[in-house]
Amino acid sequence: MADLSTDFLGIKSPNPFWLASAPPTDKAYNVERAFKAGWGGVVWKTLGEAGPPIVNVNGPRYGAIWGADRRLLGLNNIELITDRPLEVNLREIKQVKRDWPDRAMIVSIMVPCEEQAWKAILPLVEETGADGIELNFGCPHGMSERGMGSAVGQVPEYIEMVARWCKQNTRMPVIVKLTPNITDIRYPARAAMKGGADAVSLINTISSITSVNLDSFSPEPSIDGKGSHGGYCGPAVKPIALNMVAEIARDPETRGLPISGIGGVTTWRDAAEFLALGAGTVQVCTAAMTYGFKIVQEMISGLSQYLDEKEMTLGELTGRAVPNVTDWQYLNLNYVTKARIDQDACIKCGRCYAACEDTSHQAIWMKPGRVFEVNDAECVACNLCVDVCPVEDCITMERLAPGTVDPRTGRVVEAEYGNWTTHPNNPAAKAAE
Amino acid sequence: MAADIYTPGVVAGRLDAETIAANFADLHPPYDGHEAAVAADRCYFCHDAPCITACPTGIDIPLFIRQIATGTPEAAAKTILSSNILGGMCARVCPTETLCEEACVREAAEGKPVEIGRLQRHATDTLMAAGVHPFDRAAPTGKRIAVVGAGPAGLACAHRLAMKGHDVDLYDARPKGGGLNEYGIAAYKTVGGFAQAELDWLLKIGGISVHYGAALGRELSLEALRDSHDAVFLGIGLGGVNALRVEGQVTEGVMDAVDFIAALRQSGDKTDIPVGRQVVVIGGGMTAVDAAVQAKLLGAEQVTIAYRRGREAMSASRYEQNLAASKGVRLMFNAQPEALHGSGAVEAVEFALTQSVDGQLRLTGETRLVPADMVLRAIGQSLDGTPEGIALAGGKIAVSGAGRTSVAGVWAGGDCAAGGDDLTVTAVAEGRDAAEDIHASLLG
Repeated sequence: MADLSTDFLGIKSPNPFWLASAPPTDKAYNVERAFKAGWGGVVWKTLGEAGPPIVNVNGPRYGAIWGADRRLLGLNNIELITDRPLEVNLREIKQVKRDWPDRAMIVSIMVPCEEQAWKAILPLVEETGADGIELNFGCPHGMSERGMGSAVGQVPEYIEMVARWCKQNTRMPVIVKLTPNITDIRYPARAAMKGGADAVSLINTISSITSVNLDSFSPEPSIDGKGSHGGYCGPAVKPIALNMVAEIARDPETRGLPISGIGGVTTWRDAAEFLALGAGTVQVCTAAMTYGFKIVQEMISGLSQYLDEKEMTLGELTGRAVPNVTDWQYLNLNYVTKARIDQDACIKCGRCYAACEDTSHQAIWMKPGRVFEVNDAECVACNLCVDVCPVEDCITMERLAPGTVDPRTGRVVEAEYGNWTTHPNNPAAKAAE
Repeated sequence: MAADIYTPGVVAGRLDAETIAANFADLHPPYDGHEAAVAADRCYFCHDAPCITACPTGIDIPLFIRQIATGTPEAAAKTILSSNILGGMCARVCPTETLCEEACVREAAEGKPVEIGRLQRHATDTLMAAGVHPFDRAAPTGKRIAVVGAGPAGLACAHRLAMKGHDVDLYDARPKGGGLNEYGIAAYKTVGGFAQAELDWLLKIGGISVHYGAALGRELSLEALRDSHDAVFLGIGLGGVNALRVEGQVTEGVMDAVDFIAALRQSGDKTDIPVGRQVVVIGGGMTAVDAAVQAKLLGAEQVTIAYRRGREAMSASRYEQNLAASKGVRLMFNAQPEALHGSGAVEAVEFALTQSVDGQLRLTGETRLVPADMVLRAIGQSLDGTPEGIALAGGKIAVSGAGRTSVAGVWAGGDCAAGGDDLTVTAVAEGRDAAEDIHASLLG
């Protein structure tokens, strides 16, 4: 069985599966149960400064969207940071870290954007024996209205400033948690790095309204007839998170900056994808909130099996897909494919036909007996038929061999790589050397 | 002492009312909302969906399922009912396993089709429970049409005509409407008086005057109807029963399966329905299965369906065959009835065993004697008297196009008309299409 042990910023954990800062990590009771279930580490739910505890709404805190059979696809929350007294959290963090020394214990922190506030809390956290801190610059709801959370994460200068304060005032590794509610994730990541942060974690939740009640006309979750945008997470956000992780991983300015990947990780496969795009660990929340802590066992067995089958170490997986993330302009325009329908696998639902005929390129014929065939002269290889086909691998995209003629363009498929930068239709094209 | 399953002869009350009630409970209990949502989500919304083609009434199945999935079962019901006004009954009695669900691509994909019939019932039940009749009548046309037979074909025809603005006189020989929906289907397929409830709901369209106890050739004549109405539709079903040609003149304990089924449907708690201890049902269709299964559910100790051909030739679907087997009915194939034995009451049926050779049924020379104190004939129905002057084809009323008979101004549909499967859903399609044709010819 593959070794899943992880060393992230010198923080060791038996596997790369951490629970993200969120309700599951709000107290010793949950965290100990999570560790018993096998989680490699936790990021303790965000601590605020000492004083009167945070107040949460007393109505619903979560909204959701569902897929088939009410499978939860996206979750949205308007819960704030921990509403338990600071000293209780600190006491429990210390106790749990003492009892579970082999697990990663990161503490999430969000205090006002003043150096004094950070100076006050950092020694208290350090005293617990925690392995590191995560700066919550991400929460898009509630705290952001008070100048914290994503209000900080949306201003790179603040990120840099606070990261620097933290590095100056603690020996603990500093992870900056980034908000996705920005236009270009590279700027806050660069700022974190400039401020001296040891790593970034992303994504935090996405500002969202999950639904509108069509009787009361209140957004959900509804608090006495009113709603406020919440933070969106769960399987639905994974593609957004993967892209942001990749952007940071391949940005020359931040290349090599350790990343803890977050956003819709539900299975070992999701986790492996984040790792392949450069994450050193992954953080999970919604999946645990949906199914309980036990899911980590599938993640551990699945990732181990995958690494064994690939004869790959965890370290070799990390970042393995990053070189393959590129800009559109560098994609090979001489890579010509056509849809191919496996007639034996086809169940004759006709979805490929409807999709292609109504919304794409009229490249699928419907022949007598509900036989669906691709018209290569029209097929642009858009892949929509593959995406809507209910049978996996029934429709595939097959490459035309170099030297053959693409019936759509009438041109011979070239063997050589060729992209937009050298394409004759590109006014800015440079002549190929 | 009360009867039990071992009491010899044909007796009522072999089981107590409670057990019978449980035995005759809904064969396919309705979906609750969540089950319906899960089932609906399995539909792929196929292009030019094969299930629509397989439905004799051409219901837009993917559309109605999507309407269920999006929380509007009432709209789904309207989609169904606009093609098939008896969509509620068809949801219960259609052999979906050989129609829409057989064509479902999920059947090809995984051997488990979308449960279209149960989804259809969910939609139609929801609408009917709300007491809503979603159709309105067009402006009056001043035309008056006679519809003879208030079974599925007649009801579908009458409703469509009323919708088009015509006035309809709806006649039926029996004291209640519904035809085979009311008298001819296993009770566990349509519980809770649904046939009458559906009939009452259908009549809410208005413009349909019902006249029960009026039979063609008795109270009615085709000539008089033609004189008094602008058009006539015959949906009179098959009132006769094919004779069983066997040796032996035993009659006690021998009855027609359709009468047994009708008596069951008209009974309250069914403890008054006599049934044999050893029942033999002769035939291979749905009527045979309905009779045999219900005989078993009433407490018959042994029930056998004897069919003269092999399993593959049986017109009852494999699903129906399996249903019968699951209730403890024995299926006996390649057994041709030769003689009824008994002194006074029937005591046994003698069968000659057969085999199919090059499509020809041959006797093997062997015989089997099956003990029986009750024999139910289910070997098919026939037209009970020919309406005067009407041409027949294959013993049924000859029709062309959308049910036009040889007599001008007279249409026919349902089981009495030649062609088509003798299914509720086919009858509905024929009645509906005849109505459209009548409408077109009257106003064309």
